[in-house]
Amino acid sequence: MTAEPVTTEHVTTETTLQSSLHGMVADWSSDQRSFKSASWGKAMMWIFLVSDTFVFSCFLISYMTVRMSTTVEWPHPSEIFALEIGGKKIPLILIAIMTFDLITSSGTMAMAVNFAYARERRKAAILMLVTAFFGAAFVGMQAFEWTKLIHEGVRPWGNPFGAAQFGSSFFMITGFHGFHVSIGVIFLLLIARAVWRGDYDVGRRGFFTSRKGRYEIVEIMGLYWHFVDLVWVFIFAFFYLW
Amino acid sequence: MTVTTDDTTHSHAPVAQAAQPAAQAHGQQHPIKLYLLVWGLLFVLSACSYLVDYFDFQGYLRWFLIVLFMLLKAGLIVAVFMHMAWERLALVVAILAPPMAVLVLMAMMAWEGDYTNYLRVIFFGA
Repeated sequence: MTAEPVTTEHVTTETTLQSSLHGMVADWSSDQRSFKSASWGKAMMWIFLVSDTFVFSCFLISYMTVRMSTTVEWPHPSEIFALEIGGKKIPLILIAIMTFDLITSSGTMAMAVNFAYARERRKAAILMLVTAFFGAAFVGMQAFEWTKLIHEGVRPWGNPFGAAQFGSSFFMITGFHGFHVSIGVIFLLLIARAVWRGDYDVGRRGFFTSRKGRYEIVEIMGLYWHFVDLVWVFIFAFFYLW
Repeated sequence: MTVTTDDTTHSHAPVAQAAQPAAQAHGQQHPIKLYLLVWGLLFVLSACSYLVDYFDFQGYLRWFLIVLFMLLKAGLIVAVFMHMAWERLALVVAILAPPMAVLVLMAMMAWEGDYTNYLRVIFFGA
């Protein structure tokens, strides 16, 4: 294996990238790599996200199974997650605020990716910090929600509102999602720091990998963050609204 | 010490870089306007799903609307925010096709859950 055929191959693949279904077959049957438009870093993040999709799917499907199989009435999320604001009980309001909060963080993240590729590192870093702030706010609201429910007597093995499985599903699903958000906030802060310092302009080596990073890391980070938002879309629909 | 390890890890870097397609140098850059539009749409769709609960729709209408708004939101996030619309079909299929297996598990567990419920009603008379 010499370097020479690799270089010629590179030239030919680049000029003959096909589109549509035919292109897909060509990509998969080609040399070296199947994902022509994605770097290994991006492809690996996507593959990790697929595995994470299965984890969350298993949680949501087990929730569906216990909810379908119980003979006790399922607690009404609309009432349980209602908050009293100004003496008026508004159903599900905290969850709605959390949803808008997470969508907003997704929007700022998407713009951070744009500025990172445009090499406007200050703007990119600030937008990432804003994203991290909304993420932290989300986790904070979740902590508030957990505290409220625990005070009302909701436990993984039972609750005063109805079917016992409500508690275990709730703590497991939202807990795992909140954990994902927390990890995301930590990584956002780390990468925002690297972007702010201009690590990817001067080729400074990362503390963990001791390799030079590229601005693409912001997009890869963004994939993770949007995934967290994506999972919330499903949790919101199936757990809180159903 | 770190310098030597770095050199060994980067010894095959030229080959990997040669295989990078030219399109990648520019990355995924799209007009901010598009992101703002999607952001707005996600807000509207979230508000719609919240209103489903607020107005207390029930039955099939409720489930249909919830799933509809959910899928629209998920589609927008994956296609635009995660840039799936601009990736090559090889990646799109590799990522989006496997999770469809979840639908099979869902169908099986719905069947199972229904059966368990049936047994509980019969034997525990709930």
